[in-house]
Amino acid sequence: MDYVIQTEQLTKRFGTFTAVNAISFAVTRGEVFGFLGANGAGKTTALKMLTGLLTPSSGRATVAGFDVWRQPEAVKRRIGYMSQRFSLYEDLTVRENIRLYGGIYGLKRAAIRVKTADLLERLDIGAYADQLVAGLPLGWRQKLAFSVALLHEPRIVFLDEPTSGVDPLTRRQFWDLIYEAAHAGVTLMITTHYMDEAEYCDRVSIMVDGKIEALDTPRNMKAAFGAEDMDEVFRLLARATATND
Amino acid sequence: MSISVQNISKSYGPVQAVKAVSFEVLEGEIFGLIGPDGAGKTTLFRILASLLLPDAGQARVDGLDVVQDYKALRRRIGYMPGRFSLYQDLSVEENLGFFANVFGAHIRDNYDLIRDIYVQLEPFSDRRAGALSGGMKQKLALCCALIHRPRVLFLDEPGTGVDPVSRKEFWDMLRRLRASGITILVSTAYMDEAALCDRVALIQKGEILAIDTPRGLTAAYRHPLFAVRSDDMYRLIRDLRDLTPDADCYAFGEYAHLVVPGGGSPSAAILQYLEARGHTGVELLPVQATVEDSFIDLMKNGVWTT
Amino acid sequence: MNRFFAFVIKEFRHIYRDRRTMLILFGMPVIQVLLFGFVLTNEIKNAAIAILDPSKDEASLRLTSKLLSSGYFRLERSLASADALEPAFRQGKIKLALVFPPGFSHTLRHDGTAQLQLIGDASDPNTATTLINYANAIILDFQREQVALSNPNAPGAPPGIRVETRMRYNPEQKAVFNFVPGVMTLILMLVSAMMTSITLAREKELGTMEVLLVSPLQPLQILLGKTAPYLALSFLNTVLVVALGMLVFGMPMRGSFLLLGLECLLYMFVALSLGIFISTRAKTQMVAMFASALGLMMPTILLSGFLFPRESMPLLLQIISVLFPATWFIPIIKGVMIKGVGLEYLWKETLVLALMALGFIGLSLRNFKNRLE
Repeated sequence: MDYVIQTEQLTKRFGTFTAVNAISFAVTRGEVFGFLGANGAGKTTALKMLTGLLTPSSGRATVAGFDVWRQPEAVKRRIGYMSQRFSLYEDLTVRENIRLYGGIYGLKRAAIRVKTADLLERLDIGAYADQLVAGLPLGWRQKLAFSVALLHEPRIVFLDEPTSGVDPLTRRQFWDLIYEAAHAGVTLMITTHYMDEAEYCDRVSIMVDGKIEALDTPRNMKAAFGAEDMDEVFRLLARATATND
Repeated sequence: MSISVQNISKSYGPVQAVKAVSFEVLEGEIFGLIGPDGAGKTTLFRILASLLLPDAGQARVDGLDVVQDYKALRRRIGYMPGRFSLYQDLSVEENLGFFANVFGAHIRDNYDLIRDIYVQLEPFSDRRAGALSGGMKQKLALCCALIHRPRVLFLDEPGTGVDPVSRKEFWDMLRRLRASGITILVSTAYMDEAALCDRVALIQKGEILAIDTPRGLTAAYRHPLFAVRSDDMYRLIRDLRDLTPDADCYAFGEYAHLVVPGGGSPSAAILQYLEARGHTGVELLPVQATVEDSFIDLMKNGVWTT
Repeated sequence: MNRFFAFVIKEFRHIYRDRRTMLILFGMPVIQVLLFGFVLTNEIKNAAIAILDPSKDEASLRLTSKLLSSGYFRLERSLASADALEPAFRQGKIKLALVFPPGFSHTLRHDGTAQLQLIGDASDPNTATTLINYANAIILDFQREQVALSNPNAPGAPPGIRVETRMRYNPEQKAVFNFVPGVMTLILMLVSAMMTSITLAREKELGTMEVLLVSPLQPLQILLGKTAPYLALSFLNTVLVVALGMLVFGMPMRGSFLLLGLECLLYMFVALSLGIFISTRAKTQMVAMFASALGLMMPTILLSGFLFPRESMPLLLQIISVLFPATWFIPIIKGVMIKGVGLEYLWKETLVLALMALGFIGLSLRNFKNRLE
């Protein structure tokens, strides 16, 4: 199997508090992997370790074939990241943002030019290329941010609540982009609070109190819990802790 | 009538945030403003909470004009802004005590109103609000907004950034509050929460698309709607969009929702089409529209004229 | 009233739970006083001077030895004629020259007055001013001795002697006498104005301002509730700085403590109302901080006469400096602490500060909206 992410007993402790408790899982090439959990379950900490921003307390993880602990820089070059809170500079134009990210990842000037034209056409926002990002509707911004995260052809893109607050139509269009990227072989790891989006994933994991309590396809998971939808699965798993965290 | 909004408009420079919006909320009702970020929900809330002056139009809350009678109004409403609006460096208990004092209320007088919610917070009463989880913060903010026993409660996106479990509990609390006669105006970007309101207004780009009960809203959905799945969802969605020129298909939970305006294609024909395209594990069943389907249709095709 | 106290208590909690605030509140004053007092002192010792003394009589020699024994001056050269002055300055060998008239003793005794010339190297105006002030003080002291010698029964100066009173109250020219009032002024401005403007902006940033506005709290209650704790803490700070100045640096306290306290209170009101005024404009803590730092701190340090004498500023800056409260407050502190004078001498400065306080409170109340923008 071609594993793009692989973790073994990955653990992070802050003092006496164990935020991520010995999680082990693997994600394959081109997979859309839903990374779910209640607030404070340890998702963000785990994502930070996988993106090389936090060093693990113990255990190991490889991302795109590199050890996150020993080769974080090699990891960072091969991943893309997009979050709901920050993705693009609002005081730069669309074109400037694209050029900036291309430059950060060391793309050649000619390559950036080609990719910019391609991206503007694909998202159909050529008319807005020289407008400030701040003036774009939220949904467009999120689509643009995702495309920018793909600019340097990363092997994996981490998406942290990418569709929060976006209208239902744009949310679907966003998922079209995700599917398209996955189809092209990019691995996608996504956190979301929309449980219907959990169903769009090939596989999902649900974290509870720092541990991965369930990991399977949405279909199998629903069958295992005898649940109608993922919302119910999530509630069954996370209820015990969400009320006293 | 608890809230009455008539042709309220508000612009920020060239941006028209709210465009001549009108709606009415009955006493003791949970009324939802459902729409994406930037739809104008927060602006509307601020106008109704007397924090912003509308450019045009009139609004009354609990019989009081939001512009003229703002002082009296402010004693009768509870307001929970979209951002987490508590003092992070004060403890749970100190936050609650502060807001009670500010509104000239006593915690013990109104404890019955918040008891259900506050018992969950009580074990952490000494903890700083900043150290609470997202769900707990929202519960505390709700307690603080309720502590002076308001007649009308404004909750601006209480569920944003909160996990589904906490969100569910939050809605259970709102339904219990309704029983005590408080009118609740709540906004959300989560379409599935519409079903938990008595009535909803779907709002987009400063305009109301529709106002109805959740049931009425979905019943008015005009097109045949199918839920479809196959082993390759990515290809399925693309293929179904090619089915007829006006067919639309979008991911919807485990299934994809297929809209066939005009209803020209019976399910047998669709199955045949998919088989011809080499799909396996195909399931196809007619389904009832959800609020989200309605919203998407309204966004694409404009306000229903029916 | 209950509402108001709840607000004040909440504000105190914010302050003592934030270590940075506490550090700024109580660490800064101590550090600044010590820093200015010990490190940045602009006292000049052993400055090279030249003396041209055609008289060489009893009085001129006595004054010369008094000057040289003060420790501030060192005789670089004795000049034979006025022609030698110019080259001495040009070579940069001397910072100051003292020129006696011929027959100095005689003139002084018979006419009761005598002319002396002090020439400073104005290429370094601050040093020159300081040196001339030192020399003047010593000469004045000398004059007083002369008067006492010639007429022991007459109080004060006999007619005909023009007494320069400017430096009389600080004959030792201790730099710390200048710095302690300056630091007090700075600290009060910093704590009162900057902290209030930041703390109000923080409520806006957090979104809690929306909830406060929707509550039955009056705008005035919000403003006073925000400022009361800082007023108290500023006062505590003033006591701390005055105590440090007196105990560590031997700063005198010749006037009334009560008057000093009341004047400090008045100045704090000005600073607080300025802080509120800034916050009615600033939406974020960052903006509030920059506005306070650039709009209040810099002018207080640079223009108020704290570091650089206002007399040596260009006219335009002198005019601008009139607009800053510190310019008016520093003379008040110096007046009370060093000169020991009362309100009868300081009423003008006090009145200006009072008017400023009223003006800014009025402005901020008008600007403080009971709605969002």
